[in-house]
Amino acid sequence: MKKIFEAPKSLKDNLFHYCPGCGHSIIHRLVAEVIDELGIQERTIGVPPAGCAVLAYNYFDVDTGEAPHGRALAVATGLKRVLKDHVVFTYQGDGDIAAIGTAESIHAANRGEKVTAIFVNNGTYGMTGGQMAPTTLPGMGSTTTPGGRDVVRDGAPLDLTQMLATAKGSVFLERVSVATPKDIRKAKKAIKKAFQVQLDGLGFALVEVLSPCPTNWKMDPVAAYEWTDKEMTKIFPVGVIKDITGYDKD
Amino acid sequence: MGEAAVRAGCRYYFGYPITPQNEVPEYMSGRLLQVGGTFVQAESELASINMVIGAAMAGARVMTSSSSPGVSLMQEGISYLAGLELPAVIANVVRGGPGLGNIAPAQSDYFQATRGGGHGDYRTIVLAPASCQELCDLTVKAFDLADKYRNPVMIMGDGMMGQMMEPVEFPEAIDLADLPAKDWTLTGAKGRPSRVILSLLLNPKVLEDHNFKLVRKYDAVTREETDWEEYMLEDARQVVVAYGTAARIAKGAIKRVREMGLKVGLLRPKTLWPFPDKPLKDLTRVVRQLLVFEMSAGQMVEDVRLAVEGQAQVHLYGRPGGVIPTPDEVAHQISHYYYQAGLMDKDQQSGRLGGAA
Ligand SMILES: Cc1ncc(C[n+]2csc(CCOP(=O)(O)OP(=O)(O)O)c2C)c(N)n1
Ligand code: SF4
Ligand SMILES: [Mg+2]
Repeated sequence: MKKIFEAPKSLKDNLFHYCPGCGHSIIHRLVAEVIDELGIQERTIGVPPAGCAVLAYNYFDVDTGEAPHGRALAVATGLKRVLKDHVVFTYQGDGDIAAIGTAESIHAANRGEKVTAIFVNNGTYGMTGGQMAPTTLPGMGSTTTPGGRDVVRDGAPLDLTQMLATAKGSVFLERVSVATPKDIRKAKKAIKKAFQVQLDGLGFALVEVLSPCPTNWKMDPVAAYEWTDKEMTKIFPVGVIKDITGYDKD
Repeated sequence: MGEAAVRAGCRYYFGYPITPQNEVPEYMSGRLLQVGGTFVQAESELASINMVIGAAMAGARVMTSSSSPGVSLMQEGISYLAGLELPAVIANVVRGGPGLGNIAPAQSDYFQATRGGGHGDYRTIVLAPASCQELCDLTVKAFDLADKYRNPVMIMGDGMMGQMMEPVEFPEAIDLADLPAKDWTLTGAKGRPSRVILSLLLNPKVLEDHNFKLVRKYDAVTREETDWEEYMLEDARQVVVAYGTAARIAKGAIKRVREMGLKVGLLRPKTLWPFPDKPLKDLTRVVRQLLVFEMSAGQMVEDVRLAVEGQAQVHLYGRPGGVIPTPDEVAHQISHYYYQAGLMDKDQQSGRLGGAA
């Protein structure tokens, strides 16, 4: 029998621990497919965060080094400065990259570190049980925002990727989603481009991925995907945020 | 220190400015360029120590330096370095605290350095140089120890050392190719299975095993690397315990009291962790009077008390806040306790008895 569909080489043969319907599983697969397609598995180093993806080393079949919560882009800086010919990527949640690690993100982008950041925006602190994230939508429930996020009391959602666009060293920033099959195809394209930017030594690249967390959103997976598509994109519209790669438009 | 680090094979420096140690990053920014290394001025000490983590994961000899408030910010990262078993060198040019404190030389970060500072069951190897030459030698040693034990090593100095001008004999620069290969670094899974350097060990049994493995390592460090200097101990009836700048001042004081006929010596820890508790305990067979002199309100004194297990009287002369006492002030303290303990009478007695100690 001919195999017509198989797991990416860069994914280990382990069962995901993610909740059913979790966006992390899809994003893992996309990143692994891109690593395969670019043929860089043997020289890629991943930096997973503290967050639901802390066990990413169980899945990605590349060298991985765990970073303290929020510090992935500083750790990646250290790695990449030593291993200039290697490919270094971080995989970070919204709390990780846009709250506790804001300074590291902005400065890594500003220095134009030649690394790729995958920023998984699920509007919540998944790992610690659904507290408010910097990206939690107005009115959205969380365990630390009684009655939902109140922008006067709790502040408004932070658009980190937009902020990074002002950093001179950022070269490619795109926000994508995994809400629909069409979105997933776009997401993969963006991720591939963000790795290509690093291979070409152009500077800092980041892909923000809107990703459902059915568990903490207290929705079934179908509703969570729909909510990602309809509600999250109102505050976090998908699309290219910055592109000075000079690659031909496709 | 910067030059010694480069000669020891350090090619990566990450740091954030803070007085009184800015000479180090300033020197490294230029020097590392010359040797094909990398200097990054980070956005904070939090970022510097995590860049250090990354470079250490990649297998490089890497360092950062800072002063007290900055080293406080690094504590989470140092805990990770210890847990991940990554070699790195951190220099703390200690200034007066707590808080912003001042920029004068101090020794008030002893607890922070030797007790971990960060969270979890771990140890940092802590070296305490007392001269420019030793600063240079111990910097080289710091890199060797870090690699040998896969553990963070801290060099504790103070602003006094930064300002001292002394002739220094630099070691030969090592050839990076001569360093032993590391078989655990992240360099890409080429021709081998992928590796992971991980910090999260959710299973309590697994983490306990990891902790006990670290304990065995720390035991080996204690056995092999504890280091101290003995000065005029042969006939001493009272011994001063001091490290770093305080030890230099104490030496001056001891010379003075010796001229007055007081039999006083010095035990100077060169490693603050592991602490030289065995030589201190051994001393108590003949010496019952110890005077701990430190430029803090009294931190190392606790280790001295633990070491002697009640077998000697332990006095403290502690000067916090960045105050540098003069040798005369220390000499005054020494003679005060010397007379108070009646050691002068004993000297005279033994003199009458023909000098038998
Ligand atoms: C210094 C520190 N503070 C807090 C935590 C606890 N913590 C772990 S993950 C996390 C937030 C995770 O949220 P996010 O980054 O959005 O990732 P997600 O789980 O949603 O994918 C927090 C607060 C920690 N590990 N370290
Ligand atoms: S808690 Fe949310 S983000 Fe975490 S694994 Fe479950 S669904 Fe995914
Ligand atoms: Mg999140």
